[in-house]
Amino acid sequence: MELLTPSPGLIFWTSLTFIILLLVLRKFAWPSILRALKVREETISFALEDAQRAKEEVEMMEQKRRKIIGEARKEKDAILKEARQLKSEILEEAKEAAGKESQRLLEKANQQIEKQKHDALAEMRETIGRLSLEIAEKILKEELSQDDKHKKVINTYLREMNLN
Amino acid sequence: MEAISLTAIGLGLIVLGAALGIGKIGQSAIEAMSRQPEISSKIQTAMIVAAALIEGVSLFAIVVAWLVD
Amino acid sequence: MRILFIIFFLLVTSLNLQASSEHAEEEGAVDAFGLIMGHISDSHQWHVIDYTNRHGHPVHISMPLPVILWHDNQLWFYSSDSFFHAEHPVKIGNDHLVLEDGHFYLTDHEGTIIRDGQGSITNPSPLDFSITKNVASMILSMLLLLLIFLSAAKAYARYGMPPPKGFRAILEPLILFVRDDIARSQIDEDKADKFVPFLLTLFFFIWINNLIGIVPFFPGGSNLSGNISFTATLAVFAFLAINIFASKDYWKHIFIAPGMPFPIKILLVPLEFVGIFIKPFALMIRLFANITAGHIIILSLISIIFILKSIYIAPVSVLLSLVMFMLELLVAVLQAYIFTLLTALFIGMSTSKTEH
Repeated sequence: MELLTPSPGLIFWTSLTFIILLLVLRKFAWPSILRALKVREETISFALEDAQRAKEEVEMMEQKRRKIIGEARKEKDAILKEARQLKSEILEEAKEAAGKESQRLLEKANQQIEKQKHDALAEMRETIGRLSLEIAEKILKEELSQDDKHKKVINTYLREMNLN
Repeated sequence: MEAISLTAIGLGLIVLGAALGIGKIGQSAIEAMSRQPEISSKIQTAMIVAAALIEGVSLFAIVVAWLVD
Repeated sequence: MRILFIIFFLLVTSLNLQASSEHAEEEGAVDAFGLIMGHISDSHQWHVIDYTNRHGHPVHISMPLPVILWHDNQLWFYSSDSFFHAEHPVKIGNDHLVLEDGHFYLTDHEGTIIRDGQGSITNPSPLDFSITKNVASMILSMLLLLLIFLSAAKAYARYGMPPPKGFRAILEPLILFVRDDIARSQIDEDKADKFVPFLLTLFFFIWINNLIGIVPFFPGGSNLSGNISFTATLAVFAFLAINIFASKDYWKHIFIAPGMPFPIKILLVPLEFVGIFIKPFALMIRLFANITAGHIIILSLISIIFILKSIYIAPVSVLLSLVMFMLELLVAVLQAYIFTLLTALFIGMSTSKTEH
């Protein structure tokens, strides 16, 4: 077959052309193209890595922030709790103190009252004694005059004393 | 005339066989790709290589049929 | 609908074949086979255009190409023009030269062509290193490739970093595709980059020649990548690339077949050995047959108009050949890809240290 018979001329020229192409492109074209592509790829991968790293950093920061916020909240809660406890303690204390004070005041008042009562009684006793002496004096003075009159006078004075 | 038609029948048989084979490859490859789209580029390469091998054999046969003719 | 169309088409073509065989003797009958063969085989002139001028004379415009012959231990240079319109054979040293059926033959001074019983010419022929149509279009493709990639390289050297613009934006994914999906996916990591320039050159050389072959008018239309000499040469380069850099394991695997019982070794070793040559041979045949078949189909579809001598079939065949052109565009890149991919695959197999 004509179509399947290789012709030496074309084989020669094809070899020549292909070798020239291979050598020229290998020397002048492919290295710079491939190098440029490689450099770009590496840059892109570096950039991607950087972006990844930045993302991770941001995430870490976010986590830290969240942690800090959580801690702050916990602290706040603790403080609040403490305050509440303190408040109740103070209240309790105050209540106790107030109770004691009132007790004390009450006792004092009682004591005073007792003392006053005592004083009053003493005074009354004194007065009664004095009055009795006076009465007795008067009676003794009157006794000489009239019997009936004695009784009447004593009664009058006793009545008078009651009014006092 | 008889010899030519014999060659023609032979060529037809070659084409039939090659078409069946390549069709089967294409079918399986597409099924595999739809099942696992993530490795479709690998499947595609394998498909093309397999189809090319079948094609090579059938072209070989065609050339032989031509030469015998 | 489509089936009806196909049946109609088949009917018409079969009718037409009968018609053409009946009227083959008629004046103006079209020799489709000769036409197709003329288009897909090499030639010593580059056909530009044919037309009939207003005086009714047919005009053929074609570019004459240099003819370079090796005869009597020296090179002879001619223009192919001097053979096409020659009345007498051209002198070459002591012999005479005639161009017959696209080949040069040495004859006597009268230009007698001697044919044997089958019609093949028995005259001796000189070694032909002419710049034929195929060689010219190959040189064109080489110049195009050099222009494209040297300017791209310069642009990369100048701009480098920013994303590519214009033409480089088209080239870059292709280069990356060859580097990543062909070389690096088939060849071991540490060896892949060494083969990338070779694979890139191979890929773009085949692709651009496929594309030039599809262009139907003047600077294209050669059937270079559908020529067995071209594909054979590329297959030889692939063969060299596969075997020169092969690892020891590869040769051991072929000639010793480790781990096999002896009787199987006897069978396997010759098979593996033949396989070394079968691989590039299949590459050669595949590219040749695919591209030639595409050209033949397109030309046949166009020829149908002239075989039927009917203008009404023209839309059908133009539509079909348009579809074929689209398919050929795909085939052009696909075959370049397959040739390169399989070369890379074989290189990967032969260079890998691990068991395969």
